[in-house]
Amino acid sequence: MFATSMIDQLDALMLARIQFAFVISWHIVYPAFTIGLASWLTVLEFRWLKTGNPIYVEVYKHWIKIFAVVFGMGVVSGIVMSYQFGTNWAVFSDKAGNVIGPLLAFEVLTAFFLEASFLGIMLFGWGRVSKRMHFAATAIVAIGTLISGFWILSANSFMQTPQGFMVGADGLLYPTNWLEIIFSPSFPYRFAHMMTAAFLTTAFVIGGIGAYYLQSKKHVEHRQHGRVMLGMAMVMAIFVAPAQVIIGDMHGLNTLEHQPAKVAAMEGLWENERGAPLVLFGIPDQKAEKNHYEIKIPYASGLILTHSLDGEVKGLKNWAPEDRPYVPIVFWSFRVMVAIGMLMVLVGLFSVYKYFKKQQFNPESKWFHRAWMMMTPLGFIALLAGWFVTETGRQPWTVYGVIRTAESMSPVAAQQVATTLIGFIILYVFVFGAGSFYILSLIAKGPQKYEDPGEDNIYEHSITEGQGRTLSGDKNAAEKTKKDQTQADLDKPANDVDDGGLR
Amino acid sequence: MFNFGDVLDLPLIWAGLIALSVFIYILLDGFDLGCGILFPFAGSDKNRSRMMNSIAPFWDGNETWLVLGGGGLFASFPVAYGIIMSGLYLPVIFMLFGLIMRGVAFEFRFKATKHRYVWDLFFSIGSFAAAFFQGVMLGSLVQGLEASNRLYTGGPFDWLTPFSVVCGIALIIGYALLGSTWLIIKTEDKLQVWARKVSGWILSALVLAMVVVTIFMYFSDIDALEGWFGFPGLLYLAPMPIIVLLLFYFMRKDLRTDREYRPFLLTVALFLMGYIGVCFAIFPYIVPYQMTIYEAAAADTSLSFLLIGAGIMLPIILSYTAFAYYTFKGKTDHEHMY
Repeated sequence: MFATSMIDQLDALMLARIQFAFVISWHIVYPAFTIGLASWLTVLEFRWLKTGNPIYVEVYKHWIKIFAVVFGMGVVSGIVMSYQFGTNWAVFSDKAGNVIGPLLAFEVLTAFFLEASFLGIMLFGWGRVSKRMHFAATAIVAIGTLISGFWILSANSFMQTPQGFMVGADGLLYPTNWLEIIFSPSFPYRFAHMMTAAFLTTAFVIGGIGAYYLQSKKHVEHRQHGRVMLGMAMVMAIFVAPAQVIIGDMHGLNTLEHQPAKVAAMEGLWENERGAPLVLFGIPDQKAEKNHYEIKIPYASGLILTHSLDGEVKGLKNWAPEDRPYVPIVFWSFRVMVAIGMLMVLVGLFSVYKYFKKQQFNPESKWFHRAWMMMTPLGFIALLAGWFVTETGRQPWTVYGVIRTAESMSPVAAQQVATTLIGFIILYVFVFGAGSFYILSLIAKGPQKYEDPGEDNIYEHSITEGQGRTLSGDKNAAEKTKKDQTQADLDKPANDVDDGGLR
Repeated sequence: MFNFGDVLDLPLIWAGLIALSVFIYILLDGFDLGCGILFPFAGSDKNRSRMMNSIAPFWDGNETWLVLGGGGLFASFPVAYGIIMSGLYLPVIFMLFGLIMRGVAFEFRFKATKHRYVWDLFFSIGSFAAAFFQGVMLGSLVQGLEASNRLYTGGPFDWLTPFSVVCGIALIIGYALLGSTWLIIKTEDKLQVWARKVSGWILSALVLAMVVVTIFMYFSDIDALEGWFGFPGLLYLAPMPIIVLLLFYFMRKDLRTDREYRPFLLTVALFLMGYIGVCFAIFPYIVPYQMTIYEAAAADTSLSFLLIGAGIMLPIILSYTAFAYYTFKGKTDHEHMY
């Protein structure tokens, strides 16, 4: 009896972890994409207002549709997250709630409402508010995404490198210094690394699609849009991709200082070593405490981590087996992330070369454009891989060194978690699959010609169609028509409804 | 470290703020969920587009109040958040499924050409499911949850009772009324005529549902009864049926005239009556009949820190929410808007 309940408990824990990993992995893709897109759209709209060049607004109007789909998917998958802590991690919520709760509540108060309200104006306010106000709405949404990132990364960083709290006699965490909590040691690095990742990921999507427009025979009329997209993305690849390597290195050093076990897992190092080698390839074996089929570069890891040839790096055997993260996931995710980061830098270099040859927008530059197109989805993979490194690397703790994951779970049965997990998988695959399909078909369609609606409002009700447009100022006319029509309408037979509005 | 715990009754303030944000959520997302509930009956595709457009700029902001309700509960009553969410595990997640289904429909519907009906279906099913499970959750809370040692101790299906199902149905009807009276404001012509017509029916159904829920409560052994039907409680609550009847009367009258705003406001007042009843039944508990707001409250330092944030941010949020509603005042069209 006891044994079965033990197994049941273990299963529930694993299932709860899988469920959380699943819902948050789907979720993070969308906010990361919207963080990048919102800022990019702000720049685009600014350039349009500044130059009056319709190309910018055409690109803007095209991408805002994609933005809307992405944002919508981010919102619905995000609502799930705000309840997952309670449904699956009730004990964690209880213990860490005093500290984590306010950080999340601040995110809602300072960011979510801001984004949601101004998103409405950004999407539907075109022609309804002034151009200036519309630009302000776009910029506010972009700022909202950054504020949101600030708080959520602050909460996550606290869980990685907790400080500014004490553990009460009741086992709960009590805040002692909010500034220390918000700006925990890993926060500045994590925030910089994640925001840069979001910008880069988005830039490579935009650049890849721009390259596609430049290259495709179907999109000859969209080449000028492709130029704007690829041109702006190239700037990001050339300057920001190398910067990300430096930021990532600094983040890694910070992790080495505060979570050395995570770094040991990333590097696949089991023993303490001076001049540790860089394991390029290997199959880490958690049980045997070693790697199979290693390919290593001597001294390289020590050099990267300690910035000296004989610096000491701690190996995983420093920690008891039950205090180690699951190495293969951390090890491999880390390699995937770094490899994609390096590819980004290479594409940046390629872009510099093409820029100086003035061939970057030339449809003949097939390989150059193909390289960009190939990069389109990779940013997302790098982003997810990075989160796998940092989150799996934090295990077996939810709050590092303070609360264990095994002691965080809700008292719910494995069956409940399993059922809902299956539900999430089916729903997410279908719904977000459809979302991706609509995004792809928007891309395939390409930007549309933009006509300034001017003062004549585009949202005027169709009641006035065919009778000349009634401006909103002309109230009497509108009211008169309305009365007549309503009367006429009431006289019609009731089943004749398919008209909806009135013609 | 700031701590207002000595001068302010922080748990009470936060219970009030959470109750307020849940109520705002019920009203705001209520009308857009209501549109989803009425969606299959709207007669034509253009009518459906118009209904969708009337809520499209707002739904996201509306649902953010639910996130605030969840996030606020987590922040100010973490242990209650844990107990309630694990106790209501399945209805919470089913509600989330519903919200996902309808949320994506907003964007997908106008982009789908061949498969629009799929997203119309998603929109309605999602709205029905979200409304139903919210009602079920409300009903289960009124019935109370089992807990000890700061953990939920009941079974996975404790929430499923005739009473909670009745509450779920009642909330569907209530949201439908918010939706139909909202449509009276936002539409004209045929759709408005239709909205007036169905409002009348839904109103009768809602009052009937309120009576049924009250009878259910009277004949069950729910602890909340002592609050409702005991001596001082009855005195406070006695005017409520009278107010409800008055609201019912005015609303029937309004639906026959060309008033556009008052039916919606009267519906809000009806909701307020029901909500006061529920709060009255549960208070001072936050995990009904197990933990009071004082037992479950977060640390004073956490609540104080939060209060500063909420004090600054809530007025700002309310003002730009008002601005967003003002921007999209007037009647809606069936054309896609961007």
